[in-house]
Amino acid sequence: MSATTEIPQRSGNIAVLPAVPAPGERKGLTKKEIAADHPTWCPGCGDFSVLALYFKLIEKRKIWHEKVTTIAGIGCSSRFPYFVQAHGAHYIHGRALPFASGISLSRPDLHVFVFGGDGDAFSIGGNHFSHTARKNIKLTYCVMDNWVYGLTKKQTSPTSPLGFKSKTDGWGAVDYPINPMKQAIAAGATFVARTTHTNPNHVLQMMEAAMDHDGFSFIECLSECVEFYEGAFDSSNPRKGGVFNLVPPTHDVTDEAEAYKLAGEAFPGSFGIFYQVKKPTKNAKEAGIVKSMSEKVTGLKDWQILQKNFDRMR
Amino acid sequence: MSDTTLTAQSNGGSPKVAKISEAVIRIAGNSQDGIQAIGGFLARLAGRSEQEVMTFMTIPSTISGGPSIFQVRIGSGEVLSSGDDADVLLCFYQHSYEEHVNSLKKGGIVLYDSDHVEPKEELKKEFRHIGIAISSLTVEAIGGTAKDKGKNIYSLGLVAKMFDLNVSKLEKLVGERFTGKDPSILNNALAAFHAGYQHPLDGIYETFRFADPAKKDGHQVVMNGNEALAYGLIAAGVRFGAGYPITPWSDIMELLRRELPKYGGSFMQTEDEIAAVSMAMGASYAGRVAVTGSSGPGIALKTEAIGWGVMAEMPLIIVDIQRGGPSTGMPTNVEQSDLNIALNGGHGDSPRVVIAPANVEDCFYTAIEAVNIARKYSVPVFILSDQAIATRIEAFVEPNLEKVCQDISPDFTPIADHKPYDLSTQDGITHHVAPGTRINSGKYPIATGLEHDEMGHPTGSPKLHMAMSAKRRRKLQALGESLPTPKVYGPPEGNVLLVGWGSTQGPIKEAVDRARAAGDSISALHIKHINPLPPGLDNIFSGFHHILVVEINDEGLYGVGQLGNVLRSRFADPKIRGINKTDGLNWKVKEILEAVKAKVAKK
Repeated sequence: MSATTEIPQRSGNIAVLPAVPAPGERKGLTKKEIAADHPTWCPGCGDFSVLALYFKLIEKRKIWHEKVTTIAGIGCSSRFPYFVQAHGAHYIHGRALPFASGISLSRPDLHVFVFGGDGDAFSIGGNHFSHTARKNIKLTYCVMDNWVYGLTKKQTSPTSPLGFKSKTDGWGAVDYPINPMKQAIAAGATFVARTTHTNPNHVLQMMEAAMDHDGFSFIECLSECVEFYEGAFDSSNPRKGGVFNLVPPTHDVTDEAEAYKLAGEAFPGSFGIFYQVKKPTKNAKEAGIVKSMSEKVTGLKDWQILQKNFDRMR
Repeated sequence: MSDTTLTAQSNGGSPKVAKISEAVIRIAGNSQDGIQAIGGFLARLAGRSEQEVMTFMTIPSTISGGPSIFQVRIGSGEVLSSGDDADVLLCFYQHSYEEHVNSLKKGGIVLYDSDHVEPKEELKKEFRHIGIAISSLTVEAIGGTAKDKGKNIYSLGLVAKMFDLNVSKLEKLVGERFTGKDPSILNNALAAFHAGYQHPLDGIYETFRFADPAKKDGHQVVMNGNEALAYGLIAAGVRFGAGYPITPWSDIMELLRRELPKYGGSFMQTEDEIAAVSMAMGASYAGRVAVTGSSGPGIALKTEAIGWGVMAEMPLIIVDIQRGGPSTGMPTNVEQSDLNIALNGGHGDSPRVVIAPANVEDCFYTAIEAVNIARKYSVPVFILSDQAIATRIEAFVEPNLEKVCQDISPDFTPIADHKPYDLSTQDGITHHVAPGTRINSGKYPIATGLEHDEMGHPTGSPKLHMAMSAKRRRKLQALGESLPTPKVYGPPEGNVLLVGWGSTQGPIKEAVDRARAAGDSISALHIKHINPLPPGLDNIFSGFHHILVVEINDEGLYGVGQLGNVLRSRFADPKIRGINKTDGLNWKVKEILEAVKAKVAKK
């Protein structure tokens, strides 16, 4: 959590922050200590690489088990929390964001990471995506976009391109796909980045930048489904004859219109941070309300605050 | 008001003062007339005078305007319901008069605004009519238009005179209401009040004075059920919640949003009902029992997430302020028809706890009990209130807040090892450790909606699913065994036992009182803990010939309502039958008595 986030003094209330051991007292975790269950993904799945880089992030940034929560909804990628040796929750389909928001808003001491797929994020959970973004709730949301429903074995997803032949569109997808980057920018996300599982260094870079961002940080990570949509992202992979273009160095990440233009590029488009602005988070705003409201009752015990209300109802 | 006072006659001259033990005053007008304010003043005054009070109101579900009533029953003795029939009807319009005159007792008093109401000749014999030009006299007293402001306060003056109410206490209440506003507003209000108070009550034979109430232990506080519930949650230590607006739940979220920051907490208004339950669930997972709530339609939307709470064994408070259903139903009317969804809403076997408060005071203590059950048993707990309790005002002895307020902050002390879904425990109770807690073994659990092993990792093992299903059931059985057997109201054996839950407790008790006074053998049982049920009910039932379950819901396909159905399936006793209605209003005492008579005769 960035040092700029204000952590209110809340005696006996929400944020009774656990005592933090002095630096140097504990060594950072090794990959072995971070890994839990062996992933159940198909061999060759892009999600392996995202998981490996999440481990690397925890290792590199010396995050301890108990300081991170890994949250997911439903989908192949949402199996994520089982593979991470730390506090975590595997919630219901599409609702990982509000669940994670409940953690973020009540526990400023934790890093909250949410992982999910395109169905979770843009179909069943679409409403939550927009609202979590606009409220600028401090957490990192990494959507592993594979353009298909994998767990249920090849149905059309909200990001499936037109013409994609799935079990629900044998003749090819007819619905216009969602553009996740445009969606995020339009919704008011304050950190919007795009990466792909085939470029590990870039994935790690984006994860670190997202984690350091004070606000709602969204990463679209292309993650190939080798089982149901093989080759979907080949044109973005130099090893498969494609091109991996970084966001041009001249791009101004605070320029919303420019970011929107980048998001409109034809596939494979560009990779990197499209948009990033500093805006007060909901966490900070709520903490501000707590601060000003609790100043009016300074020195009172909780029951005495309540007593004041009851006195007025006599 | 007792019948004797109403027949007291006077031969002119100054009116007599009649001692009464209680009175029911119904105020009828439109929703913008401020009639709730008059009712509120009267209720609060009763609370300060150690009297008992209960109110009842109807509000139209239209956005603005429409007929509305507010009924106050004030008594020096125990007040169990808001009263079947009124002693006094204060009516502002012709429609208020015509619609409500028949809610008066025989010989009751109609106090009407003669600027708007033309009384009917044939009714003048049945009720005593007192016409006062309330609208124009208010304008005369304070200027402006009477419709805007003041005629409610003028009427309060009339009522104060009629019932010889404590003027200085009322002035103080009016003053408190307008603190912080332009002083001219308070001056106008007081001018209107005194104008009303001084107006001669022509045609009235006597004024009334309440008998001295029994001494109460301590101060009384006056509030409605939603306030009591919300303050109860705060006292219980809840510091986080999330909700979405819906009538009649919204005032709870408004109150918590306003109050929680003082305690270092927050209440979030979310984009929808599912986000609300999920955000609260996330906060519960993060270490402190959180609250979400709604009314019927919103509860339906939350059910999948509640199922997750059952599976992951997460403590969570779900408040349901029931209203008429199904679907959008009757948003501003009462019904007890969400019991089924509270008990069973959602897919799969998902045992959870359901508790229903009986009155306003009980809302406060039920909230605390619910939080403690959720914490102890790691389970979602429903608090099933309803529109009738939510909106009615009662006075009750102020809780000892220093004693009842509790701190439920999470404990982050590092632990050696942790296995949340430990199958070896006898009672099946799960204990979670909050994120932020270091587990020295380096093995961390996952909270999940998938069937899981003892660490929360997914499993497809039939054996584990059987063991975990049994564990989730066993802990509620353990809770059930620990619950107190409810006490029978009246003799423990007899002919008829009325069984009720929730807001019907008052009218049911009053029905028992009235029927017993007439020589009937009848008792009542109030069930607060509906899932799990407390022990000992079968013993109680065996002492009666008829078990009649009184509910505000439909009698169903087989002649019993929703609680009736639960009791039938639990005890397989054909003596259990239902007394049900769906008119959107709480039971009147006489309705219960008539229904009992009919049921017993039909056998």
